[in-house]
Amino acid sequence: MEKRIRVLVAKPGLDGHDRGAKVVARALRDAGFEVIYTGLRQTPEQIAEAALQEDVNVVALSLLSGAHPHLFPRVVELVRGKGMNDVLIVGGGVIPDADIPALKDAGVAEVFTPGTPTSAIVDFIKANVK
Amino acid sequence: MDIANELLAGSRLALSRAITAVENEYDTAVDIMQKLYPHTGRAHVIGITGPPGAGKSTLTDKLAKEYRRQGKTVGIVAVDPTSPFSGGAILGDRIRMNELTLDEGVFIRSMGTRGSLGGLSRKTAETVKIMDASGKDVIFIETVGVGQSEVDIVKAADTTLVVLVPGLGDDIQAIKAGVLEIGDVFAINKADRDGVDRLNIELEMMLDLNQDMVDWRPPIKRTVASQNQGIEELIAALDDHLGHLDKTGKLAIRRTERTKNELLAMIEEQLGRYVLRNISNSGQFEQLVTAVQQRQRDPYSVVTDLLKGILK
Amino acid sequence: MSNENLKAKVAEYNAKVEKAAAKFPERKNLPEQRLYTPVDVEGLDYERDLGFPGSYPFTRGVQPTMYRGRFWTMRMYAGFSTAEESNKRYRYLIESGATGLSCAFDLPTQIGYDSDDDISTGEVGKVGVAIDSLADMEILFDQIDLGKVSTSMTINAPASVLLAMYIAVAEKQGVTPDKLNGTIQNDILKEYAARGTYIFPPKPSMRLITNIFEYCSQNVPNWNTISISGYHIREAGSTASQEIAFTIADGIAYCEAAIKAGLKIDDFAGRLSFFWNAHNNVLEEVAKFRASRRVWSKVMKERFGATNPKSWMLRVHTQTAGSMLTAQQPENNVVRVALQTAAAVMGGTQSLHTNSKDEALALPTEDSVRVALRTQQIVAYESGLADVIDPLGGSYYVEALTDQIEKEAWEYIKKIDEIGGAVTAIEKGYIQKEIQDSAYKWQMEVEKGDRVIVGVNKFQIEEKPVEGLLRVDSSVGELQKKKLADLRAKRDNGAVQDKLAALEKACQDETVNLMPFILDAVKTYATLGEICGVMRKVFGEYEAHVNL
Repeated sequence: MEKRIRVLVAKPGLDGHDRGAKVVARALRDAGFEVIYTGLRQTPEQIAEAALQEDVNVVALSLLSGAHPHLFPRVVELVRGKGMNDVLIVGGGVIPDADIPALKDAGVAEVFTPGTPTSAIVDFIKANVK
Repeated sequence: MDIANELLAGSRLALSRAITAVENEYDTAVDIMQKLYPHTGRAHVIGITGPPGAGKSTLTDKLAKEYRRQGKTVGIVAVDPTSPFSGGAILGDRIRMNELTLDEGVFIRSMGTRGSLGGLSRKTAETVKIMDASGKDVIFIETVGVGQSEVDIVKAADTTLVVLVPGLGDDIQAIKAGVLEIGDVFAINKADRDGVDRLNIELEMMLDLNQDMVDWRPPIKRTVASQNQGIEELIAALDDHLGHLDKTGKLAIRRTERTKNELLAMIEEQLGRYVLRNISNSGQFEQLVTAVQQRQRDPYSVVTDLLKGILK
Repeated sequence: MSNENLKAKVAEYNAKVEKAAAKFPERKNLPEQRLYTPVDVEGLDYERDLGFPGSYPFTRGVQPTMYRGRFWTMRMYAGFSTAEESNKRYRYLIESGATGLSCAFDLPTQIGYDSDDDISTGEVGKVGVAIDSLADMEILFDQIDLGKVSTSMTINAPASVLLAMYIAVAEKQGVTPDKLNGTIQNDILKEYAARGTYIFPPKPSMRLITNIFEYCSQNVPNWNTISISGYHIREAGSTASQEIAFTIADGIAYCEAAIKAGLKIDDFAGRLSFFWNAHNNVLEEVAKFRASRRVWSKVMKERFGATNPKSWMLRVHTQTAGSMLTAQQPENNVVRVALQTAAAVMGGTQSLHTNSKDEALALPTEDSVRVALRTQQIVAYESGLADVIDPLGGSYYVEALTDQIEKEAWEYIKKIDEIGGAVTAIEKGYIQKEIQDSAYKWQMEVEKGDRVIVGVNKFQIEEKPVEGLLRVDSSVGELQKKKLADLRAKRDNGAVQDKLAALEKACQDETVNLMPFILDAVKTYATLGEICGVMRKVFGEYEAHVNL
């Protein structure tokens, strides 16, 4: 049985807009990935622990409320703190360009802004999962 | 330290990675399982099955919380179907269990069926063993709830819990017929809905007709999982069943049967792999296929000859 | 020309263009029919199907004179950061000619958490204003006469609490509840189905809603007690027909709940209002508005037996589609919003919020909000679109499309009835699944290039990052925390505990109307989180159904 890429699609914070997260989850499934979706209102602690239990290759965060400068780096910190150094962490949502460098410095591998085709997300994951 | 030792020392990451190694058939998997095997056989393994929409995940969540309240540790293996087209899967059972995530006495792993015909991933049984070795007292296997998963779950679990709900319509007859023989305990979930009495009576009547239940009559428990109703009673029934198995010596029989099945399955798998490798290495397989297809040869003698050549 | 004769000519035309179309392939994803003629509106009966503006079935509008009497309310949705900051923005909007206020609350407020709750970290003041207690509400409406302004509040799960705060602020201004005008969104069903800011399970949520219906019919008679919202269903990816069908199904569920609670349909139906999305396809949107009025009037008259014509009217607030704004070449969004505005106006909306061009990137700046408001004013004063009532009425295409959308909506409503109503359909995940399927289909069409979004999958350019976006100061959270600490030290905590205990007891008795208890608690400066905490304790929390 070959290895499958496993992705945790997570909505941190209180934002209830899950159209994007659900569309991405389905697109990743259709690309042959195993997608773990945990629903709305996840704390960074819950996301990191779910990532550990599911031994995912990727954590994909979706957030439209503007709380990303606080929540994304916190998830990275907690995931790394659990010894999962090879997990790819990506984010998406309403995220101004100006915020992206800081998120990348914090360890978010890539940020996908509105209008990104799901195929670009699939390609990025395939190219970057170790 | 290696993964198995780290796991035995309590590392949750090692537990998680061990499951991945087994699921992806990494080279390390056999070694890990060899080291873990002596530490298995302690947990009460409970299979949960039932039609989609019966509330299996919510019920599992509430059962896990109640077991935790009683001081027991819990493992959960949640199985969802893999898409036959893409090979991908959406594993969504954790949504109902988010409150358990941060409890260190609980470990939840979602799995896709990955081409397994039954409702269980082929690696489910091994994942259960890994959780068992990590010291979990109770391990739930939650199935996809359709098709042949019922048969698989009986093989993998000590106690099979069948979850039903009132008002599912006509197909309930078929579902009930299919799960009746395998249920050790029944739960009628969403029991605040209309039709609960009728379903209860129907179930009792069908159980009356079943002649096999001499020493264990499967109890029927009513629950409203979303409101945490009936959970303690259901757990008492699950524990009773384990006690019954233990007392009557059936636990040993079931587990011996399971060990036998697992050994046979492993032999079958390894043998199959060995044979296939040899056949494909021989280079003549395609010619034989053509010969059979064109009726120059028959498949029965071809198989006999091939195996004779390989398994001397 | 007789109809038979015309049908033959239409067939002749179709045969001719089929050949041409084979040579010049047409765009994908379009319905087959290219041209509409009298054949397509054969069965149309003017008096039965359209009627006159202000009369049943209201296809052409709910008021007799529509925009000839007065324009729609230009209501700009705003709110961010602290009550102080938002109060400034509101006063700016009123000075710029906005005729109604529309309050956006931050997520902790929408989900009933205080700013100092752990779970609120990072979210305070981000998507709207943070309101923790009556003290914040007093600041929010400082120097705004609540007896004169009409205020719409986008608040759902804790709508009862925010409405109570509004009533309390008004009282302090010397304005009695019967003088208050405005709307609370108060539509929990679409929160479960599409928007995600729910708190309690359906049963207690429906109770809170009917409690509000009842309380307002007696005390705040001019208040729109609910804004049954298709907007977010559409934003989540539904089609136009799904938008109105699922929303009207929700509306039916609210009416049934209220009737079950002992209210009479004509006592509350006139205060129900709706909330539509103005999407990109102008003519489809116009048809949607028209169809929705026709469906609702029939539901009210035929299904519920309402006899007051006010009960039959679907009055609607509209917002242009936020999800159609692009982060790429954001100036193009001004054009999109203008077209969406045209659709809402030709569709006959009662009030309108226009989005700003930068909202795919961040909250809008004051400048971009002004352009959005000016867009409405240009459409109102310069475009001529508001000069006659229902200007597209009688168009073969728009009438046929109106019929088609109505038909599709009835099919969905029937299906939902079969499932057991909107609440059950949502609990089973049916509505969510239909919306998700439409959203996924849309996305795949865009990715395949079958659906062109200008600047996104066609006509792209190299772009520099947009500058000058509004940034909400992250110190808002700290500021709110400090305000809360001061409040908790200063208020009469004994009174707070008494009123919270009384509320808890009232929650346990399903026959009690909770509004007076909430109002009492609010007046002691009990916080939103404390009040919702009490209700959480008794009611529990909703667990979402996800069926991907």
